[in-house]
Amino acid sequence: MLRKVYLSVIGLLGASNASADWTLNMPRGVTELSAETYALHMQVFYWCCAIGVLVFGVMIYSLIRHRKSPGAEPATFSHSMKAEVIWTTIPIIILLILVVPSARTLIKLEDTRKPDMTIVATAYQWRWHYRYQGQDVAFYSSLARTSGVARRLDSSIDPFTVENYLLDVDNPLVVPVGRKVRLLLTSNDVVHSWWVPELAIKKDAIPGFMNETWFKADVVGTYRGQCAELCGMDHGYMPIVVKVLEPQAYAAWLASRQPTALQSADTN
Amino acid sequence: MTSAVMDAHHSEEHHGPAKGIRRWLYATNHKDIGTMYLVLSLVMFLTGGAMALVIRSELFQPGLQFIAPNVFNQLTTMHALIMVFGAVMPAFVGLANWMIPMMIGAPDMALPRMNNWSFWILPFAFLMLVATFFMPGGAPAAGWTMYPPLVLQTGDAFPYLIFSVHLLGISSIMGAINIIVTIVNMRAPDMSLLKMPMFVWTWLITAYLLLAVMPVLAGAVTMLLTDQFFGTSFFLAAGGGDPVLFQHIFWFFGHPEVYILILPAFGVISEIIPTFSRKPLFGHDSMVYAASSIAFLSFIVWAHHMFTVGMPLTGQLFFMFSTMLIAVPTGVKLFNWIATMWRGTMTFETPMLFAIAILFLFTIGGFSGIMLAIVPADIQYHDSYFVVAHFHYVLVPGSIFAIMAAVYYWLPKWSGHMYNESLGKLHFWLSAVFVNVTFFPMHFLGLAGMPRRIPDYSTQFADFNSIASVGAIGYGLSQLLFVYVVIQCVRGKGAKATSEVWDNPKGLEWTLPSPAPYHSFEVPPKVSSESAFS
Amino acid sequence: MTHAEDRYYVPQNSHWPIVGSVGLFLLMVGASSWLNGSDAGFWVMMSGVAVVIFMLAGWFSTVIGESISGRFNQQVDMSFRMGMFWFIFSEVMFFSVFFGALFYSRNMSIPWLGGDSNNFFTNLLLWGGYESTWPSNGPGNAGGDYEVMQPFGLPLINTVILLTSSVTLTVAHHALLASKRSMLKVFLAATFILGFIFVFLQAQEYIHAYHEMNLKMTTGIYGSTFYMLTGFHGMHVTIGAFMLSVIWLRTMKGHFTPRHHFAFEAAAWYWHFVDVVWLALYVFVYWM
Ligand code: HEA
Ligand code: HEA
Ligand code: CUA
Ligand SMILES: [Cu+2]
Repeated sequence: MLRKVYLSVIGLLGASNASADWTLNMPRGVTELSAETYALHMQVFYWCCAIGVLVFGVMIYSLIRHRKSPGAEPATFSHSMKAEVIWTTIPIIILLILVVPSARTLIKLEDTRKPDMTIVATAYQWRWHYRYQGQDVAFYSSLARTSGVARRLDSSIDPFTVENYLLDVDNPLVVPVGRKVRLLLTSNDVVHSWWVPELAIKKDAIPGFMNETWFKADVVGTYRGQCAELCGMDHGYMPIVVKVLEPQAYAAWLASRQPTALQSADTN
Repeated sequence: MTSAVMDAHHSEEHHGPAKGIRRWLYATNHKDIGTMYLVLSLVMFLTGGAMALVIRSELFQPGLQFIAPNVFNQLTTMHALIMVFGAVMPAFVGLANWMIPMMIGAPDMALPRMNNWSFWILPFAFLMLVATFFMPGGAPAAGWTMYPPLVLQTGDAFPYLIFSVHLLGISSIMGAINIIVTIVNMRAPDMSLLKMPMFVWTWLITAYLLLAVMPVLAGAVTMLLTDQFFGTSFFLAAGGGDPVLFQHIFWFFGHPEVYILILPAFGVISEIIPTFSRKPLFGHDSMVYAASSIAFLSFIVWAHHMFTVGMPLTGQLFFMFSTMLIAVPTGVKLFNWIATMWRGTMTFETPMLFAIAILFLFTIGGFSGIMLAIVPADIQYHDSYFVVAHFHYVLVPGSIFAIMAAVYYWLPKWSGHMYNESLGKLHFWLSAVFVNVTFFPMHFLGLAGMPRRIPDYSTQFADFNSIASVGAIGYGLSQLLFVYVVIQCVRGKGAKATSEVWDNPKGLEWTLPSPAPYHSFEVPPKVSSESAFS
Repeated sequence: MTHAEDRYYVPQNSHWPIVGSVGLFLLMVGASSWLNGSDAGFWVMMSGVAVVIFMLAGWFSTVIGESISGRFNQQVDMSFRMGMFWFIFSEVMFFSVFFGALFYSRNMSIPWLGGDSNNFFTNLLLWGGYESTWPSNGPGNAGGDYEVMQPFGLPLINTVILLTSSVTLTVAHHALLASKRSMLKVFLAATFILGFIFVFLQAQEYIHAYHEMNLKMTTGIYGSTFYMLTGFHGMHVTIGAFMLSVIWLRTMKGHFTPRHHFAFEAAAWYWHFVDVVWLALYVFVYWM
């Protein structure tokens, strides 16, 4: 335990170089927009740091310099128009600097036009269902059995021995690399939310409405996320796994999931 | 009528406290009612805190330890409801009851019987709420935000939740009316609005916020009730409604609500900092304008809690801009406090220590608030522990610290005795250290992708979670010290307090003896010297 | 008299608030368990209602007694006025929630379900064929086919009734100021009788809507907003009419002077507020 406390102190001080287990920052992600989001996040973070250093610096200086010492007389001033105008204007300027790139990224995020493919994701308590538009491919995606067993209150399985504990599913969502995938989200019961940090996407699945979002993954790999809106008892147990494959591998996978192929190998 | 009749009434009117339980059940005295509010708040804080400790214990390591997931959700929901409506709001109303009449030179609140009613509704409301733990289906578990359709899956607790929220609303509305009327109508004759102390000002603004948004919450939960039991379709798409409509209404209440939780805290530190800097509050008038602007802006930013629901783009842009604007008046307040300390002669008694910690830690919470306002980034932060970190930074070392600072600051005035300064300082340092150990790591958890409201998590989140849990236990235990210090002081264990208590503080409350007389001012005091109000 | 003016007035301890809290508690707990299907709950709820009514009667007679014995100075009078004003403000906010729900569903959710704005796929994939119109019971045709409530006929009559009642109330107020007691009594009585007639007609309208028009609370968002708005309004008219009746009984007993009649004015403000809500309601719910 002490080691953890100690490490955390180091962690707090040396923020950004995270070791494998000590993720301290938002992932840069694997899409153009996730990188932009990350940059925005860092930009506003640095502004806050700068303001913080300045403001806290002045405060600390004042706390030391202006503490009561023998013979010291407090000043009596109680307003200054000039100062007030300055510290009203400067924050406004900073905010304007922040708003412009944010708005630009936001507009791109909302632009779901001209996708290469469309997937309809429907949320259920507590699993996801994916349907590939224009293909005969549809399946449920639920928490992997290994985690499902280990997560029980009375299970004696140590979560550390389970690979990707709570972040693994039986049937991941599979998409090709470098393609604009439009995701249409809805829900069958309560509000859920589809979140994969590396794709920088989070969008609510709302019963009776269809929400749109999109991503274009640039790097092959497996990306994990979770349902991000409280949806009842097992809200913590409906992970999302996205497998990004090379186009050929994706085509092969798609073919294997077509109904004819499915008859021989029913699941997985 | 004759003056003989009047005099006969006087002897009844200006009596001391009644004996026994009736003093409290039938109370019309602002100090008695204030005390009851504060005691209720402390009990609720410990209850809500105990729930937080169960939450943190469950999250100490991955895997389920003690409680089932649905119980975890119940605890999260009740923790928040109890802390927000049971700990912070009643504490500020209690402070308002105690201090506002003393600060404006009034004998009591304007509507003392209604004051009693506002208070006594609360214990019943919380009785109803907490009793739901023992009902079939357990306590409400849909989060304090009560989003449909999930909240409609609540078991027998559902109508109890709705009606207890109604009771809380009735209580707050009456409390707010009382405070507004007291401030507007009961001020000493020559105290103009702009001469009012900051705590009174911030409460006036807060009371208007309460008046405007508590009915909105009541309306929202009423629609939940009719959707559940009478077949209406407000939040049902098939009938032409929309689940998101509830979110809009809830946050139209909810965002002003979070400023209801912080504006009186701003008021408290605006009283404390000048006293211990021995300098008048810098920019009194601009503080008033800033607080008013915060209140105004709070009505047009609500959808920043809903950036992932699929709002049209223009809506998202609008709510991003308006939210960011709140940094400006809040910054003005912060800078004014710093300017108040600047070239003062500061001493660091416990209330001042808490006030300074608020300046640092609330600002950190405000920074994460600004980060949350950036929509693309919020899409990543939303519903992750980053949000949990944000709001605990503004709520715990913001509101809770301010309440404790206020208690240390005014307790000698209330009880007539000094509290134990060294234990007070110890309490401060323990709180200040542990609050950071608890909530700072939550930023990292959120950024690393840990969603909120989950009872169990993947192994990569284990380290920071266990640090946070240790911090929570440390922080919780430190609060027992606070309880001890307060009890000792109230029992008269400390030195006798002078009427000024501190080194030449400004304000009418310090012209009264300590402990303050049962009816604060029986005749209007003269407010002559301009410096009486900092 | 001067004595009452320059000293602050502080009332004695009172047991009414705690009685009121217990009453509300019984009411709410009873209502909850009744909604959960317990018959006993109904009776608990009614006993809560009884306690609350008992409390209101007791509390108000205490205050009236104090007022009549001249214990209230100008300042107390002002406090009551402000209190009533801000109470009405909170009621306005309560109603605005339901108006807000009406605007939202008319201008947002219904068009979205029909495919507007960023909801093209909502309509295409979930509610194919649904065309947004107002009034609407939603794409699921909740509650089945229904008839739309027309603005003319009963609602128009009700509008006239409420507006008239506002006039009679104002006449009564002027009569009070001019010490014309008999005129005051007649016009005040006319006011609350008109109020009760309004409530009666509203009930007729509901019965008609339920039995002949199949317009119910379950009729999608249209039925929901219609009944929520008119229902809460009707409830407020009922309360206001009772308030005016009490005021009338007090005038019969000779209460109120041209200078001191806060209770009358409070009830009158409340009545005008209810009136204004109706006008908004008539325009947005029945007409547009
Ligand atoms: C006391 C309560 C309180 C306070 C004061 C605040 C203050 C602020 N909050 Fe916070 N907030 C909450 C309580 C509070 N919040 C709660 C409870 C939630 C979660 C609810 C839930 O989901 O359960 C929440 C959630 C929340 C969200 C939604 C997050 C999400 O769910 O995705 C957002 C998004 O914009 C936000 C923003 C802000 C902003 C911009 C401020 C601003 O007011 C902060 C302003 C202050 C400063 C910025 C610091 C001082 C200023 C300066 C030093 C000037 C210069 C600074 C700059 C130019 C940057 N808050
Ligand atoms: C003012 C409001 C307030 C306050 C003061 C707190 C205080 C604390 N909160 Fe809370 N919290 C919220 C408001 C608040 N919180 C809200 C709004 C949510 C969101 C809920 C939702 O998602 O819907 C939340 C959610 C929340 C979560 C996230 C849960 C989840 O998402 O699943 C966590 C987790 O760590 C947490 C922890 C804590 C801790 C450790 C404290 C500590 O500061 C508490 C310290 C106090 C004590 C520990 C009490 C000490 C008492 C004892 C030690 C003795 C006990 C004895 C007796 C009972 C006799 N809170
Ligand atoms: Cu699905 Cu949370
Ligand atoms: Cu907010």
